[in-house]
Amino acid sequence: MIDPGAGIDRATALYVAAGKVAAIGAAPAGWIANRTVDAAGLVVCPGLIDLCARLREPGQEYKATLESEMQAAVAGGVTSLACPPDTDPPLDEPGLVEMLKHRARSLNQAHVYPVGALTMGLEGETLTEMGELADAGCVAFSHADRPLVDTQLLYRAMQYAGTFGYRVWLRPQDAHIGRGGVAHDGEVATRLGLPAIPASAETIALATIIALARETGVRVHLCRLSTAEGVAMMRAAKADGLALTCDVAVHHLHLCDIDIGWFDPQCYLVPPLRGTRDRAALRAGLADGTIDLVCSDHAPVDDDGKQVPFGEAEPGATGLELLLPLTLKWAAEQKVPLPAALARITAHPAAVIGLDAGHLGIGQAADVCIFDPDACWQVEPRALRSQGKNTPFLGLEVQGRVRYTLVNGQVVYEGSVGSEP
Amino acid sequence: MRDPQLNAAGDLVHLLTLEGLPADVIRRILDTAVPFTSIAKREVKKVPLLRGKAVFNLFFENSTRTRTTFEIAAKRLSADVINLNIGASSTTKGETLLDTVDNLVAMNADMFVVRHAQSGAPHLIAAHLNRTGRTDVHVVNAGDGRHAHPTQGLLDLFTIRHYKHDFRNLTVAIVGDVLHSRVARSLIHGLTTVGTPEVRAIGPQTLMPTALKALGVRVFNDMREGIKGCDVVVMLRLQSERMRGALLPSSGEFFKHYGLTPDKLALAKPDAIVMHPGPMNRGVEIDSAVADGARSVILPQVTFGIAVRMAVLTILAGN
Amino acid sequence: MTLPDAEQMLAALADRMRGAVAFDARFVGIHSGGAWVADRLAQMIPGDHPVGYIDVSFYRDDFNRKGLKPEVKRTEIPFEVEGATIVLVDDVLYTGRSVRAAIHELFDYGRPQRVELAVLVDRGGRELPIEATYAGTRLAVAEALSIVLSRTAEDRLVLATEPAGGENPAGNPHA
Repeated sequence: MIDPGAGIDRATALYVAAGKVAAIGAAPAGWIANRTVDAAGLVVCPGLIDLCARLREPGQEYKATLESEMQAAVAGGVTSLACPPDTDPPLDEPGLVEMLKHRARSLNQAHVYPVGALTMGLEGETLTEMGELADAGCVAFSHADRPLVDTQLLYRAMQYAGTFGYRVWLRPQDAHIGRGGVAHDGEVATRLGLPAIPASAETIALATIIALARETGVRVHLCRLSTAEGVAMMRAAKADGLALTCDVAVHHLHLCDIDIGWFDPQCYLVPPLRGTRDRAALRAGLADGTIDLVCSDHAPVDDDGKQVPFGEAEPGATGLELLLPLTLKWAAEQKVPLPAALARITAHPAAVIGLDAGHLGIGQAADVCIFDPDACWQVEPRALRSQGKNTPFLGLEVQGRVRYTLVNGQVVYEGSVGSEP
Repeated sequence: MRDPQLNAAGDLVHLLTLEGLPADVIRRILDTAVPFTSIAKREVKKVPLLRGKAVFNLFFENSTRTRTTFEIAAKRLSADVINLNIGASSTTKGETLLDTVDNLVAMNADMFVVRHAQSGAPHLIAAHLNRTGRTDVHVVNAGDGRHAHPTQGLLDLFTIRHYKHDFRNLTVAIVGDVLHSRVARSLIHGLTTVGTPEVRAIGPQTLMPTALKALGVRVFNDMREGIKGCDVVVMLRLQSERMRGALLPSSGEFFKHYGLTPDKLALAKPDAIVMHPGPMNRGVEIDSAVADGARSVILPQVTFGIAVRMAVLTILAGN
Repeated sequence: MTLPDAEQMLAALADRMRGAVAFDARFVGIHSGGAWVADRLAQMIPGDHPVGYIDVSFYRDDFNRKGLKPEVKRTEIPFEVEGATIVLVDDVLYTGRSVRAAIHELFDYGRPQRVELAVLVDRGGRELPIEATYAGTRLAVAEALSIVLSRTAEDRLVLATEPAGGENPAGNPHA
């Protein structure tokens, strides 16, 4: 059992009753188990918390539905996830948020924490009723992948959110530089003749957000860093004492622009896969804590969205079921101990969302992930429960497989033994 | 990952880009084009090589020039040519690119000549054909986005070889909007593959791709410096859109710094040749005196273009 | 097997043609062996006999099965074909397919008044109704063998056999 928050890392037993953690180690008095799971050889840890998973509801059900993606989440060991507001319509009204939460709750799988839109329609003009949205269940406010052009508006939005202690999650991307680009501005984009996005598209926006965070004192979380310079800027800002956190998408820990190969649209991601130097900085940044956590950035895309020329494709990769194995792969290669690696997908995301979760103390909700760290499996369409089969890792073998997932003490996912899907 | 242009035996089955093509494959295409140049001078300008074969011109981006030269080339090989201007038909009705390709393959297409506004579209088609087991259908890239225009690159190489014979002691300059130019990219790959020791790109920083040096190119922002001692000067077409994107203030300013005039040409070698992929913007990238002058080989390029395309179609059809 | 001496064959062929071939007949040699023979015949036979060369690669009937030969030589016919008497010259006549291709190509240059065929060696094995007007010699060779003409540094012609199926770059491949 590994609970990074509580410092537990040993072979022991976990007792769950009435949806909560009842005991660790010795059984409570008079304990009779309804079910015993033999987790010998497996790791028991807090359920994973994914800071960004797109469920495609409402409005984009042709790409995926709540049913399929919630199944994908628990199959990936994810017991809590935050979903961005870029649905159709965007999550800018309490009614939409309530409906989403209600739908998710009725499926009885992972907990869903919607992130509200910062502006109405994500148009970047008027603020949303953040109070109402927070009451309806929004845990933070973001502008998804739409750049906020008006810096004055961004400033006001941050001030307003700061007034009430709301969290603001922003992806640093300049609205103009790299506009129309689809690949990192480097050798690959030059060779392939792809419109390019320079690193400055991220660093300029990052500098703006950092400056505004300094002025407003708001808790800002920066989403999906992609550049080495960006990591350096975050390191400096944190050293300066600013209350900033940031994350990286799990694919960016492993891939870079060279992986686009002969125009593989599976590698069309936002932000783009950048150079080897950037990838190295992201890997090191996550290890040394400059980057607080890793998320899947789950974006299911149907075949029609990917079987087209690179520049016409829809960006994104499916990720809920790959978050665990790809994080373990990073940890093994970067020589990060398992508890520290797991913290970056449990306790740290919980802290950014502001949840009392991601750890297994007595009385805590029994959201548990039980996985086999040694099991290898092939990433193929039938192995994935997500409707999105779009991943650059298609056809490759990964290591680390979820065997059981518990939410509120219930087994919501039970995987099969061996390498069969 | 194996180059999708070559089959397991190393034969050319698609022509998508000059990047990564072995030098001997390029040389074979150039050598095969030589006898095709004499066909144009005969009464009967046809040979029966591709008789019974159907060549589909799939042009998603309009181009009368390129389409016409491919049509002439295919017809001189006795192939049946079908022209499809896709913009006007199926894909605007929502049919995907690959569905269109599948339908045409079902109509017994043997070869697709594809022009598309997106870099990588011909690669997508070739990968799809390889994946669906249709290794008997060949794809020729007639220009995809900014990425490649391999037959133009080949005819440019052919032209240079015709006048200068040995690539290995040449200095070649490519002038103008390299950033947006598939012609430039293909020519750069072709020249470096056949052993050209010095390839230069001349233009303002706004029109030079970031990683040009990594492709083996020397970048000059000063044309008078860059053109010194050149054996070949290739002028690229400047499109009017570039003025709107804040890449250049005006075509007049461009002409002042980078337009090929007789006095700038005088800085190159006395026997330097002047090339242009066409169509020319006189007074923007090239002065009429130079375009029509003794060193210009712009019209022979067009003639060679047909022979080179005949060679490409023949070699593909024979593999 | 030992083949007869090529130079003797050439002499025999020239003998047969002298006096029989038209004074102004134009010779067209089929690359590569036929081209060498055509050059020699033009020197040996009195009359006005300009020489042209034809490469039949673009007219072969086996392109779809075998693709293009690695090396395609130039067809050069520096005289008018229209209304002329043409003697096609080849080194070895076998199936007749190369000659068919050569005739097809020749007719794309114009309409000759008559076409004759001169070959150094007629080895039989015809697959098309084509016959040589003049032949240096007739001999039978096993199907597994090809007859190949080569030229020494001193411009002497030499005949040899080799296993069939390979492409001899010096000689003319026969279907």
